Amino acid sequence: MSETRVSPDGPMISAVGLAKSYGRVAAVRGIDLEVARGRVLALLGPNGAGKTTTVRMLCTLLKPDGGRVLIGGFDVVREPRKVRGVIGPAGQSASVDEKLTGLQNLAMLGRLHRLGRRTAGARARQLVERFGLAEAAARPVRTYSGGMRRKLDLAASLITAAPVLFLDEPTAGLDPVSRTALWEIVGDLVRGGTTVLLTTQYLEEADRLADRVAVIDRGRVVADTTAQQLKSRNGGTGLEIAAATGADFERLRALYPDRVAGGEPAARTVVFRVRDTGADGLRDLHGLLATVLEAGVAIENYTIRRPTLDEAFLQLVGRTTIDSESGES
Amino acid sequence: MAASDAELDLTPAAHSRAFWALSDIWELTKRSLLHIRQDPDQLVSVTVQPVILVVLLRYMFGGAIDTGGGESYINFLMAGVFIETAALTATSTSTAVAVDLRSGATDRFRSLPMVTSAVPAGQVIADLARSVVGMAVMVGLGLAVGFRPHAGVSGWLGAIGLTLLVTFALSWIAACLGMLGGSVEAVQQFGLVLIIPILFSSAFVPTRTMPGWLRVVADNQPMTHAIDAVRALLLGQPTGGQVQATLLWFCGLTVAAVAMAGYLFRLRTSR
Repeated sequence: MSETRVSPDGPMISAVGLAKSYGRVAAVRGIDLEVARGRVLALLGPNGAGKTTTVRMLCTLLKPDGGRVLIGGFDVVREPRKVRGVIGPAGQSASVDEKLTGLQNLAMLGRLHRLGRRTAGARARQLVERFGLAEAAARPVRTYSGGMRRKLDLAASLITAAPVLFLDEPTAGLDPVSRTALWEIVGDLVRGGTTVLLTTQYLEEADRLADRVAVIDRGRVVADTTAQQLKSRNGGTGLEIAAATGADFERLRALYPDRVAGGEPAARTVVFRVRDTGADGLRDLHGLLATVLEAGVAIENYTIRRPTLDEAFLQLVGRTTIDSESGES
Repeated sequence: MAASDAELDLTPAAHSRAFWALSDIWELTKRSLLHIRQDPDQLVSVTVQPVILVVLLRYMFGGAIDTGGGESYINFLMAGVFIETAALTATSTSTAVAVDLRSGATDRFRSLPMVTSAVPAGQVIADLARSVVGMAVMVGLGLAVGFRPHAGVSGWLGAIGLTLLVTFALSWIAACLGMLGGSVEAVQQFGLVLIIPILFSSAFVPTRTMPGWLRVVADNQPMTHAIDAVRALLLGQPTGGQVQATLLWFCGLTVAAVAMAGYLFRLRTSR
């Protein structure tokens, strides 16, 4: 791995007060991020939230207007070459050359990364082997499937076994099989000590790969926490019951007024908050079900709803959007 | 996986900055050359148009044009065709630069510890290879339709060298055009900027047949200097200062265009 200037327990990615404006539009307004060695941070946020601008600044592609970024201990503004020596950017489609073969792409990038000629060639062969692309390695990339392209793209960012990876929507548009395969590769890398910053639209991806999730909205970090906490903070597990008639709906809702966590009158559904851990949780649920049954409420259907990152995300981003809109009016 | 990594030493090889700068340019040139191999259409576009031009002018208009110096029209025409081929070759750089900027390829290169100006440089140098192919086709075609040059070895080398210098300068200008356009399609139209001066030059007809004002323009623009110089070299005639004028013009244009390309490149990639 390339040399960095960070102590073993120091952060590999550190951004403080990062800011960028385009003319009068503030795209990024004071973002703080920190990722420890071997950890994965997922950046989540709606389109236009400032994710891409942030990542471009972290990768030395865009000069920040304010704030300070250290990658592997190197300053992105003052030592961009050194930063480029320790990062592997990957993700959005066009970073591999369609008209070159897989091997030509990797060997060229190896040379551009300052590997010796023989090492660059050997590394290219090693990577196509590892990513299961050996058979396609001598074909132009334009003949590759979407999944193969992403794999090659990821391989390209690993040429020098970069200690810091930036994955910009690495599995956008992939089928579930390719997505899972890519996740496994990233998981292996992280276990090997690679630090990863990931942007994604798929909350499942963040849930699966990331230790921490930073939600960005309107150029600011609106939440920086674990996926688990993000989910539980925005409502826990619930039992959703749909009543057969309007009268049943009213009776159902009145059974445990203080435990109603949501529901839709139009669909005649009620959501009761339930605990989802331990025997006590199960006993609690049992009690709730018994009460509903004894009350003789006619039931259409029911379901246990576990909190998803999607819901947490929608609540968080939806709320800030509404807040700021009401603030403006 | 970690075990296989250990077998290769992935630390950067020790070479000077200059070595790596040249290595970067070579890698990017190789990339553009591989593009040509994958896309032979690029060669078709730089040869088909001049071929049509040669056939059209030689057989349709050639008979009506008096070149003055006792040379056949096809002998007169070939120098203009050489420079036309150079300009057509250069226009492909505009498109290549525009595509790289918009596809994210340029950003990918910028995230590497490499010399980023090698990206346009590689495309320009690959153009020289395309230009050589174009010239070879034109010479072959010319000989087939009656082109009989009187140049010796030095005349040929001079004519080829000047044509490559023109290609080089025009390719850098084309690289600038590629960075200016809002879209790849718009950039493709910019190619005309390089072709039009050739129409108003000594490429296809002697300038002495033009009205006075046009003749002043035509006689004093760089394309005419280059075409007259290449023509004199091919036909073994005295060059009358045209070689020096061509060197001066196109070296100057190259320096200006390289500086402009560097400026535009930083401008386009700082957003």
